[in-house]
Amino acid sequence: MARLELSNLHAEVADGDEKILEGVDLEVESGEIHALMGPNGSGKSTTAKVIAGHPAYEVTEGEVLLHIEDDEFGEDIEIDEDQRTWNLLDLEPNERAALGIFLGFQYPAEIEGVTMTNFLRTALNAKIEEREELFEEEDGDSDEDEAEDEGFESSPMEGPADEGEIGVAEFQEILQEKMEQLEMDERFAQRYLNAGFSGGEKKQNEVLQAAILEPSIAVLDEIDSGLDIDRLQDVSTGINALPDEQGTGILQITHYQRILDYVEPDHVHVMLDGEIAKSGDASLAEELEDKGYDWVREEVYGTA
Amino acid sequence: MSSEQDHLKDTDTEARFEFKKEQNAAVKSDKGLTEEIIRMISEDKDEPDWMLERRLRALKQYQNMPMPTDWPGQPDLTQLDVEEIVPYIRPDVDQREGVDDWTDLPDEIKDTFDKLGIPEAEKNALSGVGAQYESEVVYQNMQEQWEEKGVIFCNMDKAVQEHPELVKEHFMTTCVPPSDNKFAALHGAVWSGGSFVYVPEDVTVEMPVQAYFRMNSEGMGQFEHTLIIAEEGSEVHYIEGCSAPKYGTHNLHSGGVEVFVGEDAHVQYSTVQNWSKNTFNLNTKRAICEENGTMEWVSGSMGSKATMLYPCTILKGRGATDTHITIAFAGEGQDIDTGAKVYHNAPDTSSTIESKSISKDGGRTNYRGLVHIADGAENSSTAVECDALMFDNESTSDTMPYMEIEESKVDVAHEATVGKIGDEDIFYLQSRGLDDDDAKKMIVAGFIEPITEELPIEYAVELNRLIELEMEGSLG
Ligand SMILES: Nc1ncnc2c1ncn2[C@@H]1O[C@H](COP(=O)(O)OP(=O)(O)OP(=O)(O)O)[C@@H](O)[C@H]1O
Ligand SMILES: [Mg+2]
Repeated sequence: MARLELSNLHAEVADGDEKILEGVDLEVESGEIHALMGPNGSGKSTTAKVIAGHPAYEVTEGEVLLHIEDDEFGEDIEIDEDQRTWNLLDLEPNERAALGIFLGFQYPAEIEGVTMTNFLRTALNAKIEEREELFEEEDGDSDEDEAEDEGFESSPMEGPADEGEIGVAEFQEILQEKMEQLEMDERFAQRYLNAGFSGGEKKQNEVLQAAILEPSIAVLDEIDSGLDIDRLQDVSTGINALPDEQGTGILQITHYQRILDYVEPDHVHVMLDGEIAKSGDASLAEELEDKGYDWVREEVYGTA
Repeated sequence: MSSEQDHLKDTDTEARFEFKKEQNAAVKSDKGLTEEIIRMISEDKDEPDWMLERRLRALKQYQNMPMPTDWPGQPDLTQLDVEEIVPYIRPDVDQREGVDDWTDLPDEIKDTFDKLGIPEAEKNALSGVGAQYESEVVYQNMQEQWEEKGVIFCNMDKAVQEHPELVKEHFMTTCVPPSDNKFAALHGAVWSGGSFVYVPEDVTVEMPVQAYFRMNSEGMGQFEHTLIIAEEGSEVHYIEGCSAPKYGTHNLHSGGVEVFVGEDAHVQYSTVQNWSKNTFNLNTKRAICEENGTMEWVSGSMGSKATMLYPCTILKGRGATDTHITIAFAGEGQDIDTGAKVYHNAPDTSSTIESKSISKDGGRTNYRGLVHIADGAENSSTAVECDALMFDNESTSDTMPYMEIEESKVDVAHEATVGKIGDEDIFYLQSRGLDDDDAKKMIVAGFIEPITEELPIEYAVELNRLIELEMEGSLG
């Protein structure tokens, strides 16, 4: 079990003083599905990026904590009592990833020349390695130097066959299986990461990456935008598989009820001006679909 | 494949590239460039008179030509003193022509090659390896089936002795005459070693022909000459790699490459150069392409203090095709000035130039290119793309893509991008678990992927290793 806890989170643009988040409180637990909604510019993506550790934002107040139980990463990794709560704000983005945080981007980057296979296998192995480092015994681990020397994937396609925890052959099986689940064309495995992907294909690819990296908590930023009706269903199936099969907790940022028909949220939150203004169950999203955000604003500011 | 990659992985990268061996040379000529020296070189090689005469003529031309100093933005050559460079040195091996068997090599040299991973390539039967240690080719190997087909792959010095007619006709005559530029003239006077490749009509050499050059003596210049003759309908891929250890004085590398691409023939020439950071790398490389012939240049320039290298293709026959893929990496104190030249001298000719450069820590890369489409070369097309990636604000990158178009019925495309490595791209990869360094390395590896994909796996690995090494310490 894992629990992500945002409390009183304040954040602003790092090289300016524009305040964006003004006290966000939010908790997401393993297996839960949360929807985060709110008008354009209210701070949803910023929340997501601050959780993942984007360097463009500076946190001025509040905390982002990740609580994990001793069995979170299986039997191989022993988690001591004093390693069950992590202050994510002290960690690099890749360390957060190793602890099970995943961010599905609203606008995924395009990386030319790096195949999906090479990238995903490198990422998976990096995550495994980083996790071992984070949880290794204090008295040192002789493997560490060796691991440091290994360098990066140097082959143009998959990288050396024997490098890293998960080998090429094993990885290919994992990838193939997950791509089938998402009804993705297998040719995507040899394409460059997001390069020339259509808007919908990029979103589908974000869910594929989540499926492969098996996060504890996945934050999915407008994963439904740009998807056609059929693909919306495929992607929804993929998202539902995360909590169902891997126990992932989902924080789904969206503007539309449509995806919530397929991925039913346990909780719905409305963000206004950098704060969670209102929370409720799935019916809140339907209400928003009918009435927009103004009534929330009136309700919140009217009673304030 | 995997055992060889194991080896590359296990070998400490520093040890692979940053080592030098005790000098153990039999003949070491005096410093400075005189007619005396030239005669000595020629005599020591037992050369025929015609070659000596060519050398002496080239020396005169060299002495009469000024140093190139007036190119816009060219690398600074003021620290280069040719007179100070001992132009010729030969390693202490028994057979002057080199050895045919790996086991006959002196241990010291074997050790050097071991660290460079050469035997690995050999074990993988990538076919012949001709490796130049100092100025001599000491190790050559060629597969028997080539010989049966009439393919010649040998040391250039040996070719002068054994294939004088072919060499006389093609050696620095129509392709790269010594009068071409000051360094071509210097090369013509003092050249030593290198490779000679001859592929007869309609013969395809399936596996790449490889040579590995290395400079290992203080103050020594390296002037190897490569001559490739591909007859009508033939096909060959030639690969050359360079890696030199670090020394205190300024080294000069001034190689010469001449390629004759016959009708319907196809030649690919690939280099990965990693000269030490005090080397001036000033080369002249040129190909002449007959009707429907295809020339492909693939160059990776990692090392050297300053490089000036613009492989040139003359599309002489109708329908001839040229491709250039160039990659340059400049770190602190480096000035890598590379590019391409293409002369479209016949109709229906086409050229594609793709250049990628990376600069960091104040390094400078420059793309300097010339595409000339002659009057009458109708229906010709050219596409030039140069992309530069900078790691920081201290590094610079320029593009100087000159076009001289004399014909109106042509198709010309040009694209250039210059950019800093993207923070959003780095963050994206980091959010997936890669650390900052690995994220940058992956982006760079992807940026140069078009070149690595052209190379056999061993060289792709080597190139990525070199870049990884270059990037070390510069990240974070
Ligand atoms: N790096 C930045 N520099 C300057 N302003 C920023 C930056 N990032 C976000 N902002 C501003 O912060 C506010 C919140 O942006 P954010 O992207 O979090 O909104 P959002 O809720 O995701 O909106 P949308 O629904 O349109 O995606 C916006 O006004 C935006 O312009
Ligand atoms: Mg957003």
